[in-house]
Amino acid sequence: MELSDSVYQIIWFILIGVLFAGYSILDGFDLGVGILFPFITTDDREKGILARSIGPVWDGNEVWLVTAGGALFAAFPLAYATVFSGFYLALMLVLFALIFRAVSLEFWAHDEKRRKIWSWAFFTGSLVPSLLFGIALGNVVYGVPLTEQFEFGGNFFTLLRPMPLLVGLLGLVAIIVQGSTYTAMKTEGQVHERARLITKKMMVLYALIFISVVLSTMVYMPEIADKAMVWIFSALVIISVGAGWFFNSRDRNGGAFVISSLSFAGLWGIAGSIHFPNMVRGAANHAHSITIGNSSSSSLTLKIMLIIALIGMPVVIAYSAYVYYIFKGKTTEA
Amino acid sequence: MDAVLLSRIQFGVTAGFHFIFPPLTFGLTFIIFIIETMFLKSGEEIFRKISSFLIKLLGLVFVMGVATGIVLEFSFGTNWSTYSRVVGDIFGAPLAAEAIIAFFLESVFLGVLIFGRARVSRRVFWLSAFLVFFASHMSGLWIIVANSWMQTPAGFEKVVVNGVLQKVTLTDFTAAFLNGSTIIRYIHVVLAGWITGSLFAAAIAAWYLIKKRHEEAARHILKVSLIVFICSALLQLGSGHAHSVQVAKTQPEKMAAFEALWNTTTGAPLAIFGIPVESEQKTYLEISIPRMLSLLIDLDPNSKVAGLNDFPENERPPVLLPYMSYHTMIGLGMLFIGIAFLGGVLLVTGKLYTAAWYLWGLILLAPLPHIANETGWIAAEVGRQPWVVYKILRTADAASVVVPAWQILFSLIMFSAIYLLLFMMFIMLLVKFVKTGPEEVREGGY
Ligand code: HDD
Ligand code: HEM
Ligand code: HEM
Repeated sequence: MELSDSVYQIIWFILIGVLFAGYSILDGFDLGVGILFPFITTDDREKGILARSIGPVWDGNEVWLVTAGGALFAAFPLAYATVFSGFYLALMLVLFALIFRAVSLEFWAHDEKRRKIWSWAFFTGSLVPSLLFGIALGNVVYGVPLTEQFEFGGNFFTLLRPMPLLVGLLGLVAIIVQGSTYTAMKTEGQVHERARLITKKMMVLYALIFISVVLSTMVYMPEIADKAMVWIFSALVIISVGAGWFFNSRDRNGGAFVISSLSFAGLWGIAGSIHFPNMVRGAANHAHSITIGNSSSSSLTLKIMLIIALIGMPVVIAYSAYVYYIFKGKTTEA
Repeated sequence: MDAVLLSRIQFGVTAGFHFIFPPLTFGLTFIIFIIETMFLKSGEEIFRKISSFLIKLLGLVFVMGVATGIVLEFSFGTNWSTYSRVVGDIFGAPLAAEAIIAFFLESVFLGVLIFGRARVSRRVFWLSAFLVFFASHMSGLWIIVANSWMQTPAGFEKVVVNGVLQKVTLTDFTAAFLNGSTIIRYIHVVLAGWITGSLFAAAIAAWYLIKKRHEEAARHILKVSLIVFICSALLQLGSGHAHSVQVAKTQPEKMAAFEALWNTTTGAPLAIFGIPVESEQKTYLEISIPRMLSLLIDLDPNSKVAGLNDFPENERPPVLLPYMSYHTMIGLGMLFIGIAFLGGVLLVTGKLYTAAWYLWGLILLAPLPHIANETGWIAAEVGRQPWVVYKILRTADAASVVVPAWQILFSLIMFSAIYLLLFMMFIMLLVKFVKTGPEEVREGGY
């Protein structure tokens, strides 16, 4: 079967969105647990349980990021190159954070003398990417200055404009909710109750920030009001946040976690619908926008990648589900 | 300092640091898989303890590999964005495939190995050990494909506008995947990993035997890892030879640099030692075997081998660093064969577990495969200069244009500091795990 270039490009636009959404839902909960780690626990026993609740799965979750990044590189090299070099300092901060995050649980568990340090390292390592990923996404969607050669034309502070910052906050809150609903699902007793309380408060904050993002986006980019998909996904987010709040208050924690994940998928749906067919929006001059058309790889590459992804990802999802099943239920002491 | 140089240093530092861990992963997952197979067959408790102990070490090594690997994955976009633009059509795919086909499998089932012994059957546990072994070797394959394509590009077509290379596009997947050096480089790197990991495990066992602790476990570990070590050290000689022949055929100026062969020579000698001085085109204190290089490359002692002067001046690699690294690696390879030979004799005569001098030797020599690994990469990568993609794209033209030098300097300093800290922690925890030992190891993760 021969598909036209633009069909492959559209498929890859969606697939990359799905990969990033998968990343934020899955790694979202362990990033969230990382942010809550020092606050939601009072002693090493509780911390140990929390660490073990994500221990077997966090790295597999992070591979979603590696995959999404790799897929972006393979499918839209120009977008990958411009964003990664343009956001250099921000990405370096993310990398420093991810390095610490990767090692700090292991170090926390075995370097008893410095547990405090590693606990805070885990917190910081989780907080920084949770915030910066949203800011980065906000920037690509709302637009950054791009030159004629499609190079980034701003500086570090360009990234810190109010709209992207607001999106960063939204992402952060969504990640915290992922973490708190997951914690409530996997723990018992004190930690469980604290997690539910956090979910309750955060859901309200989530709704408030979400509504302000939607409203200010309407002002900033009025043209998106015509896109039906934006409204459908917005409704999904709003309903999910409400339902999550409800499930949480009934102590139905599995439900609350699933719903929270659904809301995250909704956020990605909105971002994707606003963004399409741009990869990076040119702020001053839309003619310089990087689109799926001018940034993509050849159809041969897109096709081979598609075959690998369509065979590979269902297998990945199947065995990941099996391993989640192995570790199902409440996490207890070792 | 200029941004390109800083990016080169940063890539060398971060990749070099990353590559401390993957070889250990290769070797350890292989040995764990062997021990788990023995456990599955015999059901003897001692094998379970040994395996759980090695899994604990693997967990630590792995986490370091993950922390440092992500940096490299991002670095193509952050520091080498022109490179990414030009070759993304070909180079991005193996990185993505690596994640889909290998990293997921590896990390998901490592979770089972570390945390799940009590939750799955013996058979499923054994299968997990196999999958982690298999997947880590698959991840190595894809990154080697990517690297080999840079060394010996194939299966592509150039898009040139006004005499300037815009990008290369894929025309033949199989040709690009296999290119001229993937297979031999992959074999060489996997064997290097087995050498590294098996000597590492053997050294730990040797220490227990000397200290008279965990002796039963130590004998099993030593035996298995020594056998792996002996086989891979011997095979490495063959793969190294084939690799050299491949370099001589596909990147002749690199081979000339490895051998400091200044002028084209019929019946070229094989350099053993020397100090090449590029400005004078002369090698001091040279020791060499006459006609040997010609013989090794062409099976003909009188064949002609191209020297550096045969190539345009702006396409010649530096000589000193590749020469020194290449010869260090080969020297170490010979040393490993010697250790393997002695070990084989002791094993067969039944004196292995009591020969204190040999056990001490293993402990002292255990870090050396890392030196061989690093020097091997330095030879391969620096010997490819001035090209980032051989004969297609120059390193000087590959870097990001929008990133100012001070930002790279900043990240380089940060990476160096963080990696130093990480390395100290790694050694500290390693020592702690080894002191605890296989008898008291706690299963089930943190
Ligand atoms: C997939 C690609 C790839 C792989 C597997 C490796 N490298 Fe490489 N290497 C590059 C891709 C690359 C690069 C991005 O292309 C660089 C940057 C500049 C250059 O010329 O090549 C490079 C440069 C580079 C340099 C600096 C050379 C110079 O600029 O003079 C060193 C020392 C290394 N590498 C070392 C390593 C080590 C220790 C590796 C083991 C993990 C390694 N490389 C694997
Ligand atoms: C320079 C290019 C390289 C890049 C971009 C890279 C990328 C990565 C990444 C992102 C990870 C972490 C995956 C995870 O989250 O589980 C990783 C780990 C790993 N890499 Fe690399 N890597 C490079 C070089 C190499 C080489 C040359 C080899 C071996 C031949 C190798 C073998 C491995 C292995 C076996 C792991 C598993 C983790 C571990 O070893 O501890 N990598 N790499
Ligand atoms: C016994 C003699 C050996 C020979 C003749 C040999 C040959 C080679 C050659 C020619 C290269 C360069 C390939 C290139 O430039 O593209 C290379 C690279 C390398 N070698 Fe060796 N080698 C030997 C032993 C070893 C040993 C003992 C180790 C490690 C334990 C090792 C690890 C490596 C590594 C990691 C690389 C870089 C990856 C690659 O390009 O394959 N080598 N070797």
